[in-house]
Amino acid sequence: MSDVHAHAHGAHAHDGPLPPEPEKATLDGRNKILGFWMFLAGETVLFGSLFATFLALKDSVMGGPTGQELFSLPLVALATFILLTSSLTSVFAVQAMHRHDKKGIIQWLVVTVLLGLGFLILEIYEFVHYVHEGHAFSTSAFSSAFYTLVGFHGAHVVFGIAWISIIIGQVAVKGLTVVTAPKVYVTSLYWHFVDLVWVFIFTVVYLMGKLG
Amino acid sequence: MAHAHTVSAAPRKGFWAVLKDWLTTVDHKKIAILYLLGGTIFFAIGGIEALLIRYQLMFPEFDAIPAQTFNELITMHGTTMIFFVAMPLVFAFMNAILPLQIGARDVAFPFVNALGFWLFFLGGLLLNISWLFQSVPDAGWTAYVPLSGPDYGSFGVNFYVMGLQISGLGSLIGAINFIVTVVTMRAPGMTFMRMPLFVWTSFITSALILFAFPAITVGLVLLMFDRLFGANFFDVSQGGNVVLWQHLFWIFGHPEVYILILPAFGIISEVVSTFSSKRLFGYSSMVFATVLIGFLGFMVWAHHMFTTGMGGIANALFAVATMLIAIPTGIKVFNWIFTLWGGKIRFTAANMFAAGFIPTFVMGGVTGVMLAVAPANFQFHDSYFVVAHFHYVIVGGIVMALIAGCFYWWPKMFGRMLDEKLGKWTFWTFYPGFHLTFFIQHFLGLQGMPRRVFTYLDGQGWNTGNLVSTIGAFLMAVGVIIFLVNVFKTAAKPAGAPQDPWDGRTLEWTIPSPVPEYNFKQLPVVRGLDAWWVEKSEGRKEMTPAEPLGPIHMPSPTILPFLMSIALFISAFGFMYANQPFDNDFIRFLFEKYVIAIAGLVMFFVCMIVRSLKDDPGYHIHPEELEGEGVHQ
Repeated sequence: MSDVHAHAHGAHAHDGPLPPEPEKATLDGRNKILGFWMFLAGETVLFGSLFATFLALKDSVMGGPTGQELFSLPLVALATFILLTSSLTSVFAVQAMHRHDKKGIIQWLVVTVLLGLGFLILEIYEFVHYVHEGHAFSTSAFSSAFYTLVGFHGAHVVFGIAWISIIIGQVAVKGLTVVTAPKVYVTSLYWHFVDLVWVFIFTVVYLMGKLG
Repeated sequence: MAHAHTVSAAPRKGFWAVLKDWLTTVDHKKIAILYLLGGTIFFAIGGIEALLIRYQLMFPEFDAIPAQTFNELITMHGTTMIFFVAMPLVFAFMNAILPLQIGARDVAFPFVNALGFWLFFLGGLLLNISWLFQSVPDAGWTAYVPLSGPDYGSFGVNFYVMGLQISGLGSLIGAINFIVTVVTMRAPGMTFMRMPLFVWTSFITSALILFAFPAITVGLVLLMFDRLFGANFFDVSQGGNVVLWQHLFWIFGHPEVYILILPAFGIISEVVSTFSSKRLFGYSSMVFATVLIGFLGFMVWAHHMFTTGMGGIANALFAVATMLIAIPTGIKVFNWIFTLWGGKIRFTAANMFAAGFIPTFVMGGVTGVMLAVAPANFQFHDSYFVVAHFHYVIVGGIVMALIAGCFYWWPKMFGRMLDEKLGKWTFWTFYPGFHLTFFIQHFLGLQGMPRRVFTYLDGQGWNTGNLVSTIGAFLMAVGVIIFLVNVFKTAAKPAGAPQDPWDGRTLEWTIPSPVPEYNFKQLPVVRGLDAWWVEKSEGRKEMTPAEPLGPIHMPSPTILPFLMSIALFISAFGFMYANQPFDNDFIRFLFEKYVIAIAGLVMFFVCMIVRSLKDDPGYHIHPEELEGEGVHQ
């Protein structure tokens, strides 16, 4: 609105050198960022409902193993540490973008993806271990709620890894432009959100579960 | 690209070219027409289901329709009418009118908008295709567990679970599109407090969709996990909880009521103000009431569960919160009346439906307050009183407003005026038919007739009431048929509607009917509320342009939204039929090993990747092409 002459779709509207915040240089870019915040608002309700479900059913173990018996805090704390670090590295990627440092963006996003993979490996190991302990998806209402909540988050991590990888490829091939910059920014928002959800999972599922 | 598209104004295109045009369109005006068409098809199906229900209930101990089929009919009628009729018709007007009223060339995310439509449509198709598979959802539109769970629910409930997930995703992304459009795409001078009330109500509705739909998505996912993958969310013997479903369903379900009625309020506000030739009375209080209704709408879901046994304190809190909603709603009703008061009222067909809406909706609101009284609710619960109440707000509220919107905006959408005389015939059949059908149901309910029964015994004093109700339903059907005749008759006329047939007040009436592809040749400067009226009252013939004439950038058409929706449709079938005993070994392998389910998901994600990798440069319409352009149909 400020630029009256902007066209309905501003992706093409920008010429000349890249501005300091290339993700907000076009109307398309600004729309994408605002739209993504809205999407995250919806995701918040999604995870909120899953948390509510988990809290309602967490004591219904029906003779199966309880959280207290299952959870190993050192392992989960390590996973938490890895995932939170990956949030930091995605911030470094965005900072590199604001310096117009294409190589920096790619390097930090690659580190983010690798840390995400590390988290995922720990989670898969954890799930396999639980199933061997007799805590399968169909064991009890608690087990169904546990795997659904933590699994939804895990699926978000998988999606994020795939998505960020594609964005790395696009930045490498197309370079940093007013089209690719919002994508880098938005994936970073997504990744922070996924990490934030994990902070709640760590607290509500694991720490509170360990307390019993 | 530009030329392939702009020369389409040429006289006749082949069938495949037309089909391709509609399947790949990202133009919000065409998507609006698709929503209107899709909603009307499902309306016909849901309407026939309603008539069959009323036919079976016409006489006591009537056996026209078997009990199982009756359960399927009520389930499909409710689900179809809420999710696949009211929702898309509201979205049709939001698409057609909202960008025009804020002076925008397009919506923020044309691709997402198209995807939203196709997800809605294929979700609705998936639900309704269950009739062909002779396995129809039968657990009521609320699909309460354990009735809908793996132990008692028929296979058909899978169609409900999958269809609503797909269409819900469509509604969610559609809502995000409209929120961003309103925030970032307004014309110069179009401040928030100058937005027409329809824009405000659509904006708030979009926010409600954003916060309400994820809750039912979670509910449906849990139910799907229970039914298909052996989870225990609602299985009490494994520690599950059936009341959990009711909470998740109504945390979505109650805001859904406001999701539908707020845009209806918006339409009524536009129509009443235009045909009273007066500015809407109490504009800022209308905006305030809209926001307040949206906020309170999230605080009252448990009033659907008073008899579940939540306890006195919870019931009291939810009862009081529910009654509070009557205040902003009352503000609206008085504002409409004060808008009409002293106005130069023209009773066009649109305004007849709008004026008819006001008392009808008040009646639905009054029974709503009665139902909010928790102790009394124990008497009303699950009786025809409830059926009467929600049909008064949904048919007497939303449907009346949607018909008013059709008569009002038809020239803008199609370039042709609907026949006023036939429109009045529609009113004088539909409106009495409606009251005949549903008014008497209040009393049937108070006399103890429970809802969702397929028949009733003679000698309980319910015979006359049911007969009257059925006669009314057929009278409503006559009104709808007259409306459809009107639509076909109008379509046969040459396009030639004037730009501003109603002496309108808002920006959509400053551009040609039907609207050109690019909406505004030059974006207008908005100088006040009722932007077009402000200019007219100062003697101007057009809006002051905010920019010089120049090339207009447009997004390219794309088939991806359609393919993505097809992909989820295929995947849903793969999951639903995974545990079915097929005779053919190969087919069994395909379903049992989730080959089809995964193939659908892979197709979906491949489309997403293509969309991400392929930049859309769009195309430009140049000033010399701007003369004499109309929307191509």
